[in-house]
Amino acid sequence: MTATDVRTKVLDIIADIALDDDVTTIDDSVSLREQLDLDSMDFLDIVMELKKRHKVEVPQEDYPKLATMQSCVDYLSPKFQALA
Amino acid sequence: MTLPRIVITGVGIAAPNGNNLEEFRHSLLNGKSGLTFTEVRHMGTWAAGLCTFDETKHQNRKMRKRGTRAGAISIYCASEAIADSKLDFTTIDKDRVGIYIGITEHGNVETENEIHELYQNNLDTDLWSHHHNPRTVANNAAGETSLALGITGPAYTIGAACAAGNMGLIHALQMLRLGEIDQAIAGGVSESPQTFGIYAAFKAQGALGHDEDATKATKPLDKKRNGIAIAEGGALYTLERLDDAKARGAKIYGEIVGYHVNSDATDFVLPNPTRQAQCMGKAMKMAGLGPDEIDIVNMHATGTNAGDVQECQAVREVFGQSQNTLINATKGFIGHAMGAAGALELAGNLPAFEDGFVHPCHNITELDPECAINGLVIGEPVKKNVRVILNNSFGMLGINSSLIIKKFES
Repeated sequence: MTATDVRTKVLDIIADIALDDDVTTIDDSVSLREQLDLDSMDFLDIVMELKKRHKVEVPQEDYPKLATMQSCVDYLSPKFQALA
Repeated sequence: MTLPRIVITGVGIAAPNGNNLEEFRHSLLNGKSGLTFTEVRHMGTWAAGLCTFDETKHQNRKMRKRGTRAGAISIYCASEAIADSKLDFTTIDKDRVGIYIGITEHGNVETENEIHELYQNNLDTDLWSHHHNPRTVANNAAGETSLALGITGPAYTIGAACAAGNMGLIHALQMLRLGEIDQAIAGGVSESPQTFGIYAAFKAQGALGHDEDATKATKPLDKKRNGIAIAEGGALYTLERLDDAKARGAKIYGEIVGYHVNSDATDFVLPNPTRQAQCMGKAMKMAGLGPDEIDIVNMHATGTNAGDVQECQAVREVFGQSQNTLINATKGFIGHAMGAAGALELAGNLPAFEDGFVHPCHNITELDPECAINGLVIGEPVKKNVRVILNNSFGMLGINSSLIIKKFES
């Protein structure tokens, strides 16, 4: 699975959570919370959906690694690879 | 001691046959049903009263997804009521606004949904939503409304089975009279059609209404009635002390002049006509009115065999000799909106103060002789000068409430 594939999967999840935001203009290097109306409950939703949709688990201590789109892709890519 | 007089200054409703008071009233005066068929999880097709208001009019999509249908209904009704009242929420002290919302039940919908998901996910409880707790706390509807509108005063729900809609208003009146708040948003809501459990339980009880025609699924007071139709909806009002309302030149829909709440203490589900009659009588005593001075009695009349007969017995006992009182019921149009029922059915009659009509009961083809009462309005609306409405709402475990609203005449 390529980094682009991982980004698409993460973006699909975020789009279903940040329903009132335009997710097509996300800057991958900037904090997601700075660009979108996301709070801590939304990040729990992202973690939950990763597990539900893709069986990817994110332990609580790793939540900060989901701060930006780029950090999401970097952190999640090996996990998706491991499941492939 | 003279207690402050409390008046209604705004109305926000979501009914199965109307998204605002004008539409709802038009439906009731023109025989328009709000009942349709819907698919119920595990249960197949049943009639229900479902609302069609725009959830995103006053709430963004993310918060709607996070919250509940009861919350969405409450936010819609509260926002509409505030707009109708013309209260300026940019300047009033929001610490002094109370939100009191009657509910029959809450949490069944959300718990059923989570359990459904649990079974789709191999009973993995790690996938149980973290939203479950805020969605299912009993104060959910009031809390979501507080969050959405930035109201920082007391906000909670009142559980009173199907008497709850009246109870929201009664509690608001009490808090205004105590001086705890300056404005109230109060009434009742229901999201019950979204839970299969309530259908299953009423079916098991032999009290779930059905018919080949969804609009005829519930027939309160009719000889062939066979149960209730579950409905959702809400009615929230803005309430204020009369002096405050007059000072700002508010439109006054009516004044709450009497109420009473009591309990049967006799049965889990069967009503007690003696206690219902006592409830109506004590409400009239508080209002200083006799039966002949009540223009409309709105019955609870759910469409069950036993319940309708017993309520008719109570109403007959109190109003049987009245030459003035007309009697109607609303659930034939919209079904049983549970926690919203009392508040919503009051809204259905409130415009009578202005338009001078009493809406009829709906779906009575052949009146059950045991439900015959003088003054029962069947068929067409009746023209009448309406000054006083008595609104009944009764609930399981034997809770009774009667509320009396008087046309405001300065």
